[in-house]
Amino acid sequence: MIIYQLKMAWLNFKRAPALTALMVLAIGVGIGASMTSLQVFRAMSGNPIAWKSDRLFYVQIDSWGPGENASNSQAEREPPDQVSYRDAQMVMQAKQAKRQAAMFQTGFMLKSADPKFKPITSTARATYSDFFPMFDVPFAAGSGWTADDDERRSRVVVLSAALNEKVFGEVNSVGKSVFLDQVEFKVIGVLKRWQPRPKFYDLTNANFSDSEDMFVPYSYVVGAQMQPWGNNNCREGSGEGYAGYLASTCIWQQLWVELDRPLEQPRFLDFLNNFSLDQRKSGVTSWAPNNRLRNVSQWMEEVGIVPSDVQISAILSVGFLLVCLINTAGLMLAKSLSRSGEIGLKRALGASRATLFRQGLLDASLVAIAGALVGGVLTWLGLLAMRKLGDEEIQAVARLDPMALLLVLALALISTLLAALYPTWRASLIAPATQLKTN
Amino acid sequence: MLKMQKLSKIYRTHQIETHALREFSLTVNEGEFVAVTGPSGSGKTTFLNVAGLLEEFEGGSYQLDGHDVRGLNDNQRSKLRNEKIGFIFQSFNLIPDLSLFDNVDLPLRYRRMPTSERQKRITDALTRVGLGSRMQHYPSELSGGQQQRAAIARALAGSPRFLLADEPTGNLDSQMARGVMELLEEINASGTTIIMVTHDPDLARRAQRNVHVLDGQVSDGLQLVAAA
Repeated sequence: MIIYQLKMAWLNFKRAPALTALMVLAIGVGIGASMTSLQVFRAMSGNPIAWKSDRLFYVQIDSWGPGENASNSQAEREPPDQVSYRDAQMVMQAKQAKRQAAMFQTGFMLKSADPKFKPITSTARATYSDFFPMFDVPFAAGSGWTADDDERRSRVVVLSAALNEKVFGEVNSVGKSVFLDQVEFKVIGVLKRWQPRPKFYDLTNANFSDSEDMFVPYSYVVGAQMQPWGNNNCREGSGEGYAGYLASTCIWQQLWVELDRPLEQPRFLDFLNNFSLDQRKSGVTSWAPNNRLRNVSQWMEEVGIVPSDVQISAILSVGFLLVCLINTAGLMLAKSLSRSGEIGLKRALGASRATLFRQGLLDASLVAIAGALVGGVLTWLGLLAMRKLGDEEIQAVARLDPMALLLVLALALISTLLAALYPTWRASLIAPATQLKTN
Repeated sequence: MLKMQKLSKIYRTHQIETHALREFSLTVNEGEFVAVTGPSGSGKTTFLNVAGLLEEFEGGSYQLDGHDVRGLNDNQRSKLRNEKIGFIFQSFNLIPDLSLFDNVDLPLRYRRMPTSERQKRITDALTRVGLGSRMQHYPSELSGGQQQRAAIARALAGSPRFLLADEPTGNLDSQMARGVMELLEEINASGTTIIMVTHDPDLARRAQRNVHVLDGQVSDGLQLVAAA
């Protein structure tokens, strides 16, 4: 029966081709415009580690005091968005969480053992061994380093897939050496392609930038007195030399912890607040504890990961889709009323209102699928244009992925069927007697 | 058997109430060929629409082949219409972008008949009206008479107890009309009850019984008595 109904829907689709084309175009343009904006919005607001987002917490410790957070003038009581080396070390050494990793971005001049290979500047993330299991970082070969390596400042490195390919080609490079600022490092792991967007673990720099080229032990980088490549904010100067910098209240590190359960959040926050109280008692600070512990979603929301113009654009695009659908509903009504005679005949031959209503919705589904095809192409073109013309953040996320294609189809089907409800219902109410005599 | 007793049908607009049928009583027995005549606006077509369950009525009673149709919901009325009644219209009402085969198939689809049975019924019906060799033709490829024959095949395919024909020859020339009339007589001879609305006295005379409708009522006292 469904094949027959599809055949009838196809016949109806082919009738009044100008009206049908207008309907498809209206849906296609509406879907294309809205999906282009929504896809950018979705990519920006998406949680790249949703499956454990509620157990991963970003730590903020107020080492500056009330009103001193220049980076967040709208919320003066909000602590700085990064932590100092001193505060990061306190958390790392206390080991109060299941996993913990302080981190910052830095970089090296990289050479390989191959004399023909020209040295390249590469970004690196200095972090702890917990980084990899904490963020479920996928490995193509080898693994991350151990807690022992953290302690011993081991000269080991994990390469990104892209850097490994650039330096070693397709070869598994685990066990090979690279030279970072002329110091030999052993490759112990190579990642699969891993580009979380937004780059949730460091939202204080470019939120949608690529992951780093490599990952090296934090202890080595600090031991080598290397500077961060990311944001660095100092309230009272950066101290004398590297030791002074480490002892200062300059904020330049991101600090993440993984707790066993979301419910442990208050316990860990108490631990942070107790640390701050101790600091106050010992005269290091003079203010009440003002710390934050936010999970990934909360942190992304706090940072305001989606620019307001993207949000406005998404809302407007949904409004535009609505206008297109109202037009489509009008066109559908016109088309179904032009078929009054046929609908009346079908009623006379034994079709119930429910049968005609179902057939009407199936007819609309074909229009929706055609609209989705047009909408899909327009979405692709829209995203292409955004990649060419948008700013850096939008360029990084304006891509058509399989999920977006599914969304195009789902949005087209749902919205078209909604638009079809009234015209189809009206058509099913057509009085057969009048139509048959008129005909 | 089709039995209407004191049936009334009123059309209402904001300002006017039109009594299309009033105290309308008629019984049509199985196997009859009844011609319904009367001037324009007398209620002939309204009677046919109510008889064919295309319109509801206000008062009185109507029994169709033993079913009291008052109070039936849309699904029940549609099912009854599909199984018991075949329609023939003045303007044929074939769907232009369906072949004759698919046009005849339409009412059978609503009955959810198995494919093999549908195919047999369609072939038989089209063959019976002389269009067995034109099953894949489209209505626009046929003459008016052939189109009406195809419409008759569509009405016959479901083996209805009643054929309701509204001016079935109104759009045909006299030769084609004669052919269609002969076909209807042949169908009636094989046991199908036919009720035909017509303006044409010659055609009406060929029916077994004439019912004259005037101002929404059966006007011929003899017919009423005969029907009762």
